Amino acid sequence: MDTTRLYDPHGTKLAAYRRAIIRRVLVTTLALAILSLYIMPLVYALVTSLKTPEQVSEPRAPIVPSERVTYDYQGDTYDVYNVPTEDGMQEWALVDPGRRCSGFIDINNPHAGLIEWEGNWRGLEPVRELSFYWSNYPDAWNRIDFPRLLGNTLQYAFITMIGTLVSSSLAAYGFARFNFPFKNVLFFIMISTILLPPAVTLVPTYAFFVKSLGWGGTWWPVIVPHLFGNAYNIFLLRQYFLTIPRELEEAAYIDGANPLQTFVRVILPQSVPVLTAVALFHFFFAWNDFFAPLIYLAGNRAENPISVGLSEFRSFYQINVPLILTAAIISMLVPLMIFFLAQRYFIQGIVVTGVDK
Amino acid sequence: MSTKLHELSRSHAQRRALKRMGGRERRDALWGLFFITPWIMGFLAFYLMPMVSSLGFSLFDFTLSAPEDARFIGLDNWQRMLFDDPNTWHSMKVSLGFLAISLPTMLIFGLLLAILLNAKHLVGRNLFRTLFYAPTMVPLIAAILIWESVLNPSTGWVNRLISLSGFEATGINGLRWLDDPSLVYFAYTFISLWGIGNAILINLAGLQNIPTELYEAAAIDGAGWIRQLRKITLPMMSPIIFYNLVLGLVLQLQYFIVPWVLTEGTGYPQGSTSFFMVYFYKQAFTFQNMGYGATLAWLMFVVTLIITLVLFASARFWVFYGGGRED
Repeated sequence: MDTTRLYDPHGTKLAAYRRAIIRRVLVTTLALAILSLYIMPLVYALVTSLKTPEQVSEPRAPIVPSERVTYDYQGDTYDVYNVPTEDGMQEWALVDPGRRCSGFIDINNPHAGLIEWEGNWRGLEPVRELSFYWSNYPDAWNRIDFPRLLGNTLQYAFITMIGTLVSSSLAAYGFARFNFPFKNVLFFIMISTILLPPAVTLVPTYAFFVKSLGWGGTWWPVIVPHLFGNAYNIFLLRQYFLTIPRELEEAAYIDGANPLQTFVRVILPQSVPVLTAVALFHFFFAWNDFFAPLIYLAGNRAENPISVGLSEFRSFYQINVPLILTAAIISMLVPLMIFFLAQRYFIQGIVVTGVDK
Repeated sequence: MSTKLHELSRSHAQRRALKRMGGRERRDALWGLFFITPWIMGFLAFYLMPMVSSLGFSLFDFTLSAPEDARFIGLDNWQRMLFDDPNTWHSMKVSLGFLAISLPTMLIFGLLLAILLNAKHLVGRNLFRTLFYAPTMVPLIAAILIWESVLNPSTGWVNRLISLSGFEATGINGLRWLDDPSLVYFAYTFISLWGIGNAILINLAGLQNIPTELYEAAAIDGAGWIRQLRKITLPMMSPIIFYNLVLGLVLQLQYFIVPWVLTEGTGYPQGSTSFFMVYFYKQAFTFQNMGYGATLAWLMFVVTLIITLVLFASARFWVFYGGGRED
């Protein structure tokens, strides 16, 4: 036991300890407050996706998903209201609405028969109970035709993921290990392409793909440019390859392997984490890619990816807020799931590209 | 394409350079060129050639639907864009105006949140980091749809929350985020703030690289939190702030998707969302006006280049490369 720790005649250590606790509470509370504001729209979307459109447009409705309580009386269904009476607030079903005077049935005592109540029933608060309107989910899933959008998006994501992994890792290995004329200039040019506005290359590329090759309305012009490596990916992979000890490759050379064989047999197996990170980045990029599919698929709705499909869905169902939000939630399930499963690789990749530059 | 590549690898200077090398060096160089070939091909086909042709296109009156009517018009497109077309400068002003609001907000928020998430007094740091990152994983279109309805003047939670404080935000004179030209950039900035997860992570990594001795020494000298922030954190973080600034600037100048999804390019309200890229899209792809579209694209390129160069030139006055991390 450390006796100097226990000996604290003036209480200074106790005070310091208390100060640390207060700081913890303050900092954590602040973080909680900011976090709840930051993710409030997500909570809102989840809650609203379980509501009926009717509840959203009703200004006095509670914020939790709920449904009007109804009461079956003598073969008919009636809405139940909170009615102020001499005995306090009562839950009565409105059977015979009138402007000045309405007939109600006490749902707790229906045998008492019709009760006359003086006043305008329109001013009464309807009784609601917690109720989740799950059918938004199958409804949105079918109307947006999610399986087709998902299929198109996944096909695009996987083809280009393989293409960019192969071409980017080859180029990264070239920059990481070999000396060739103008290497530094070429590397600088490659990094500068990150800062190049895509618009400046877009018009001739578009004219070439659509007019010369007749690829309008197909996925080809969206896919092909991704098969030639991407500056971010090349940079990230190069940084990683630089950390692999050269001895491993030299052993392979002694065994008579050429550089390409060495790359495939030695470097790639050593680089699974960074290849995973690049694959993930590309997946999220492809899932979000909007501009290229928008201009090249132009109007060919059967080929839409999830991004364009969702934005079209919005213009069709603008009035039905819960349905739109449900579709938005469905569209983020796959990326969020992948992120939570693989966040370690992903986060490392972001940090390397950002800090090492 | 292959002839182009051939020319490149056998350019005069290169041939001389290769000749000077010994056998082993030469083999090394050839393998290097072999490995970067895919990128070189992509660079020539999708960057260099289109960029140059884009400049060429800008000298033509060229509509994609009638390519046979294309004719050389010299600098007429440039004249029209710079002097006769009020939409050019209006949309450029919109893009730069939005940038002036959104980019500083994103940078400051990204840094402050990273400092908070790096605080040693924060309980449950890893959970907080994951949760603050989660909105960045929400696909952009989904985020737009969510923000559009959470900002709804009467039913959205933002105005309802503000109303709790006593300010009547939901009424007729309330905050009409997406319908009011003076509020719409703030609404768009909220959407942008949902995408700062990567900047937060990079900032966090940077903060963790600052030697703690600096803070300890400052604390002994009696420097408070604000002083430590100004004298240690900001200078040490300046290379990373610079990186986030340059990348953010280039990305935000390309701003297109949010106004396109929310207004379908109408510029509603009152032209305040006719961003430059929206105007470019309409000219190039809606009207298929390739010549004028290419001219607008080149203007965007020149403006981006100038701003980037100014930033790089300014870097030596405020970016501090004393950390020894730069290679």
